[in-house]
Amino acid sequence: MASTTGPGTAAAERTGQQQDAVPAIALEGVSKTYRSGGEQVAAVRGVDLEIGQGEFFSLLGPSGCGKTTTMRMVAGFEEPTGGTVRLKGADVTGVPPHRRDVNMVFQSYALFPHMSVFDNIAFGLRRKGVPAAEVRRRVGEAVELVELTGRERTRPTRLSGGQQQRVALARALVNRPSALLLDEPLAALDLKLRQSMQMELKRIQRDVGITFVYVTHDQGEALTLSDRIAVMNGGLVEQLGTPQEVYERPATRFTAGFIGTSNLLSGEVTASSGGVIEVRTGGGAVRAAGSAALGERVEITVRPEKITLAAGAVEPGACELPGTVIEAVYLGSTTHYTVAADGDDGTEIVLHQQNTAGPAEAARRGDRVRLTWRPDQSYVLPR
Amino acid sequence: MAENLPPPTPAPAEAAPPAAGASRPAGRGRRALPYLLAAPAWLWLALFFLVPICSMLSISLMSGDLYQGYVLTWEFGNYADAVATYWRQLARSLAYGGCATLLCLAVGYPVAYWIAFRGGAYKNTYLLLLLLPMFVSFVLRTISWKALLADEGVVLGPLKDIGLLPEAAHVLNTAPAVVLGLAYNFLPFMVLPVYAVLERMDHRVVEAAQDLYAGRVRAFVSVVLPMSLPGVFAGVIMTFIPTSADYINAQVLGGAHNTMVGKIIESQYLVNNAYPMAAAITFVLMAVLLAGIFSYARALGTEQVMEVQAR
Repeated sequence: MASTTGPGTAAAERTGQQQDAVPAIALEGVSKTYRSGGEQVAAVRGVDLEIGQGEFFSLLGPSGCGKTTTMRMVAGFEEPTGGTVRLKGADVTGVPPHRRDVNMVFQSYALFPHMSVFDNIAFGLRRKGVPAAEVRRRVGEAVELVELTGRERTRPTRLSGGQQQRVALARALVNRPSALLLDEPLAALDLKLRQSMQMELKRIQRDVGITFVYVTHDQGEALTLSDRIAVMNGGLVEQLGTPQEVYERPATRFTAGFIGTSNLLSGEVTASSGGVIEVRTGGGAVRAAGSAALGERVEITVRPEKITLAAGAVEPGACELPGTVIEAVYLGSTTHYTVAADGDDGTEIVLHQQNTAGPAEAARRGDRVRLTWRPDQSYVLPR
Repeated sequence: MAENLPPPTPAPAEAAPPAAGASRPAGRGRRALPYLLAAPAWLWLALFFLVPICSMLSISLMSGDLYQGYVLTWEFGNYADAVATYWRQLARSLAYGGCATLLCLAVGYPVAYWIAFRGGAYKNTYLLLLLLPMFVSFVLRTISWKALLADEGVVLGPLKDIGLLPEAAHVLNTAPAVVLGLAYNFLPFMVLPVYAVLERMDHRVVEAAQDLYAGRVRAFVSVVLPMSLPGVFAGVIMTFIPTSADYINAQVLGGAHNTMVGKIIESQYLVNNAYPMAAAITFVLMAVLLAGIFSYARALGTEQVMEVQAR
């Protein structure tokens, strides 16, 4: 059921690379089954992915969706029970982690507590037999890149969480791997630090131009950082696309619900022509982009920020639904309304309104309102 | 680890509510509370450690005999006598204890490693199995070894019968028998501290090392081993001290020619009633062990040990 929109070519074009360039990482029908108490548990159920050179790619999904297992198969810590893992075109299935040209940043950082920051970062270079003078030079560069100059002799245990994070990043980057794998690297940091580290990661990735594969359950983080996102659920890729694509046009009900908030309206198709359908919901008729057979019951989705409270007459051709405000939450720049749509199917619609007008125009709990949005901003979800 | 613990902080006077005079005695009581709670432990130490040590120290400097009584004459010659007479047993104790400790390390480290890294859901079961023999009396276990290793016992007998061993072969009453007995009896004292450190270790650091191009052996040598040194340090101390001072194993498994210093102390006290001599040997043994531990800690680098532990 994995509905993957567009292969890796979209990103390759966008980053100005040739379409025939070898992808940094390619997964071909990769699956992983565990044995747990005599039962076979499928963690990953056939994933196909191509990650381009220099791409910032995110695996996004709830815990248990198989994103970490997928990444660990790329790193070599887990062997797939089916399929092939390729790095720069070469089949690395069965190759142990220390012979793979990828490096990982662990969620717990996994720094070596008995070594100085310098020795931590130099670990990989020394294992590869890089001469001491070059080790010094490259570690110096890496330390500078993550802005830890002057802390080389410190033990990582004496550093703050954010600084440890930087050491982990430098320790992996200094080896100039063909891809960097990051397993929820910011999860242990507090909100402020996380936000500044996000910008930092983006800057570093642009500077070094290395492929980043970023595992996260935080949809905001994935949207902020990524060139492309693979939304995973139940061991499968639900949707693959740019942040705009997965947010604006969720391909599945899961994606619609997991990324941001979505309003789901269900009803019967009463008209369908030219990629626009009309759906009769409990509160009234609305139109949405997509196609469906007449009489079919469908679900359409519309994002909260696309909906406005109609003051006067609605735009010609716009959707319109009457309802009653049951909650209004003032958040400073925006107000979040929950509106019970008229009709007996109990549909509640959430909308986010920019507070551009004065407080006098704000709707209050219990007010009768009319909701309106453009039909091309709501979509039919595939069954 | 202890260095990072805050000292018991009595509530500062400013923090006390600036109410009536009635609050003052309460504040003082609160300040004294940590000391009151610690008092039983202090009392215990004073009564059963400090007092005996001091009285032993004075006994070791007495002269006289059992019938006319021992008088404190600051007889430092007792120490010279003790070392001159029993240096052989003292050296033998340290050698046997050292060998048994190394043997415990060689056997116990892999056991601890296996339980910590591969024990899965059964870690506690394996630890229980390791400790189960400790429920049987120490002396009884040692005597059982004597039966097992007897010249015509269940092990040597059949081997001799099928001609794998010469008729004259024996294990009992040899130095290896003593060392093996010591290593057997004190193995858990090595395994437990090493296990505790390995178990607490973030196992992802091993993966991190492998990710950074280290093979399994290299990852162990560069990361796991140095990180487990605090446990090894504790294990070595907890094994070396009791094995060096043990005399049961030497007596049961070693026979007359493998006497350890513990046996000398025992017979000087209980058989010869030469209390000053017995006390002097005791302090010599204690001094040698303490000197050994301090130089060992110095060599290993206490700072490193503490740092890793404080993680």
